[in-house]
Amino acid sequence: MTAEIIVVTSGKGGVGKTTTSASLATGLAMAGKKVAVIDFDVGLRNLDLIMGCERRVVYDFVNVIHGEATVKQALIKDKRHENLHVLAASQTRDKDALTQEGVEKVLDELSKDGFDYIVCDSPAGIEKGAHLAMYFADHAVVVVNPEVSSVRDSDRILGLLASKTRRAERGDGAVAQHLLLTRYNPARVAIGEMLSVKDVEEILGLSVIGVIPESENVLAASNAGVPVILDENSNAGQAYRDTVARLLGEERPLRFVDAPKKGFFQRVFGG
Amino acid sequence: MGILDFLKRKPEPSAVVAKERLRIIVAQERSTRGAPDYLPLLRNELLEVIRKYVNVDLEAININVERDSGHEVLELSVALPDGKPAATPAG
Repeated sequence: MTAEIIVVTSGKGGVGKTTTSASLATGLAMAGKKVAVIDFDVGLRNLDLIMGCERRVVYDFVNVIHGEATVKQALIKDKRHENLHVLAASQTRDKDALTQEGVEKVLDELSKDGFDYIVCDSPAGIEKGAHLAMYFADHAVVVVNPEVSSVRDSDRILGLLASKTRRAERGDGAVAQHLLLTRYNPARVAIGEMLSVKDVEEILGLSVIGVIPESENVLAASNAGVPVILDENSNAGQAYRDTVARLLGEERPLRFVDAPKKGFFQRVFGG
Repeated sequence: MGILDFLKRKPEPSAVVAKERLRIIVAQERSTRGAPDYLPLLRNELLEVIRKYVNVDLEAININVERDSGHEVLELSVALPDGKPAATPAG
């Protein structure tokens, strides 16, 4: 069995890639899968903070590529799920620290070690780090906000996924593309202030695999270093659980996409 | 929509504007995506040739590569200025 490689990407920064990587990896581990999640953002390590393991980073991704540590030494075992492992990004400023051969070697080794899923947390942009994060992917989760610049950048990324990946180059069948709409605010959509799920799907020609509502709990989760998917009481956490289930092939209806129903007085008088 | 909302005349919702703008720019960017790198140069050289005969500017030339079930079609359109006589062919 070879590992399924999932890249979490977006083009635009700040849309929720790392939050999504942490939650999807955790969700897959909760489903009993053996999962590694890798931070590809060389120079701007952040996944460790979101996963709450920042003080346990000894070796990083670049150390492994340079042969200064083994994959086993560099993987950080998650505190909560023993089948979940984190590989931190290097803090080096050397942009060429990641190489295609190096990345391939690490992914192959993880695959041989029996990992079921490898989640690649892409940096923003379309430079080398983002390219390498997506190059070996079987699945891509494109994180998009209902906002013009994010939607446009996502379309650019979808184009790159269709041409600049190993699957595309080898003609191995396309990378499976999944759209994940985050920071969704149904109340603003209802009054025409925000693009709707349907709008984004129509513009990008792709249906969503999940919609994560804008939620205070996401910041609370990152403050605490606990992936928001573990916050069972939050809408965002539940929406991520649904998304993981869909990634694993389950069919689930979208939740938290409609504005809360208004009461009689609100309907009559507005507001 | 309450009575108070109904009485106020509303401008077009901003999401509608966003969707329309995105639809146009995304379609435009998709049409040039994956096109060969020589297209801009080809466009400039074609412009020079055409200018020997007709006075047109860069925006008047549109080059597209269309992929259609296995074969590629290079589509070139030149909008000629209306009413103006053709320039005399340069020697």
